[in-house]
Amino acid sequence: MGLTNEILKQKLTEKFGDQLTNWEEPYGMLTVSVPAEMNLKVMQHLYDDESLRFRFLTDLTGVHYPDRKGEELCVVYHLHNMSDNMRMRLKVYVPIDKPDVFTATNLYATANWMERETYDFFGINFVGHPNLTRILNVDEMDYFPMRKEYPMEDPTRRDKDDEMFGR
Amino acid sequence: MELQTNQQHHIKLSEESLQKQTTTLNLGPTHPATHGVFQNIMEIDGERVLETVPTIGYIHRAFEKIAERRPYYQITTLTDRLNYCSAPINNMGWHMTIEKLLKLTLPKRVEYLRIVVMELSRIADHLVCNSVIAVDTGALTPFTYVFQWREKIYEMFEEVCGSRLTTNIGRVGGFERNFSAAFFEKLHAFMKDFPKAMKEFEGLLNRNRIFMDRCIGAGPISAERALNYGFTGPNLRAAGVDYDVRVAQPYSSYEDFDFKIPVGTTGDVYDRFMVRNGEIWESMSIIEQAIQKIDKIETEHPEQKDIFYAKDADKYHIPPKEDVYTKMEALIWHFKMIMGEIDAPPGEVYHSVEGGNGEVGYYLISDGGRTPYRLHFRRPCFIYYQAYPEIVEGGLLSDAVVTLSSLNVIAGELDA
Repeated sequence: MGLTNEILKQKLTEKFGDQLTNWEEPYGMLTVSVPAEMNLKVMQHLYDDESLRFRFLTDLTGVHYPDRKGEELCVVYHLHNMSDNMRMRLKVYVPIDKPDVFTATNLYATANWMERETYDFFGINFVGHPNLTRILNVDEMDYFPMRKEYPMEDPTRRDKDDEMFGR
Repeated sequence: MELQTNQQHHIKLSEESLQKQTTTLNLGPTHPATHGVFQNIMEIDGERVLETVPTIGYIHRAFEKIAERRPYYQITTLTDRLNYCSAPINNMGWHMTIEKLLKLTLPKRVEYLRIVVMELSRIADHLVCNSVIAVDTGALTPFTYVFQWREKIYEMFEEVCGSRLTTNIGRVGGFERNFSAAFFEKLHAFMKDFPKAMKEFEGLLNRNRIFMDRCIGAGPISAERALNYGFTGPNLRAAGVDYDVRVAQPYSSYEDFDFKIPVGTTGDVYDRFMVRNGEIWESMSIIEQAIQKIDKIETEHPEQKDIFYAKDADKYHIPPKEDVYTKMEALIWHFKMIMGEIDAPPGEVYHSVEGGNGEVGYYLISDGGRTPYRLHFRRPCFIYYQAYPEIVEGGLLSDAVVTLSSLNVIAGELDA
């Protein structure tokens, strides 16, 4: 158990300097934003470095923030170092009109379907992915349903107007 | 006669398919051997699987999208339908995620009761999986036999929450009501009788020559590949990696318990089967310990007998129905909660529990409203099923079928 959030943060700062931004620790998990063109470099370093060893990709998903101009889409990676039993979170923000992120499939085989799922629902283009096609939705679908501009309820229904309760 | 011959030949096969030496086989989407709605388009040469392309998404229900519109307490019913073989674990994992967001701590008695429920559902999950492996190898008896015991577990869930398969069990901060005496009666009867049945189940299969010949060496995966593919749970442990969320990041007071993590070596069907069997015994031991701990709490602090939720969760815990009908405050809180007027604080939480199939994770982003801003389920099935083509390629078709059931791919969890 040699690795802590402080040591990890220090090691990453030494290597990548101020290119890593938005350091946070929500509920104890170190979270950092990585520029889109650097996500693979950072993950490769986290994977290879003998003192870091983040060799397990727990989760990969997307988030849509329509109000953040220029960084509307976010790809979230949850990495796990099983030797030191430590988790961390990487975030990559990309603009919605050019949502290009490098694929992590060469590093983690598990990223294959998770990236397909993220593409399917958010339209994030994983550059270099071997088979970036829809996975859960039908192939004919021409939009990305988890984006916030597609609300759940049918907006034409008047009988279910719930402006009093909730969003 | 002449006419008939002409009719027989009116189907024109393409030149390509006439030349082809291999066969394309559609395994699924609705096939008895898949135990769920998913398809594998296999290219087979005789009985050898050359290539398989899985197609999933047949029962995709957009849970993550629906969750963005629902108040927190209504999302519990969505988690039921992920891995419906062990729904209580998913429910508890979801409650714990919200409790983590709200920074609540639960009384020990509630946490131990949760562990009892979770381990019971783990036993139910593993019983289904292991007996289905036996079905796919041609032995139907163990399946029908252990389903009686799954039934007894479901009766206990019924005693706690009123439903059986999709349980919606528990609330944020604890349970909806205290556990009844009938539950404990059933639990004690189960603890007394089940080991005998489990021994018989193991006796039917563990050293059964036919079963061993069918399972040993079928569908193996190395520890390295399993980790790279994001395996967790019994499938990873069968490959020889002793990763278990209950030990690595203990939740719900698992750190108070003494139990072993069974591991395998080769990651084949037989190892997965044996690991699950071992886990059933460990779950029994955990439940035994939990019962003792609950008894100890109740004898030392008799006033805690009635505690079934955390007092500081009052704002988020739907009050018991009898209070709603008789007390003003409870009625107000009930109304506020049901109408979704209770806001959760903003935050970003990842919480995971050891589900029947591996690490079930909940990644929740709250922006301070009544619903999650974004909720993502880490579904172990979805993650490890992508290794299936690699595992079965080059093997026999019948091995591919038994591999599928030993991975315990649950369509509900696969498609979310």
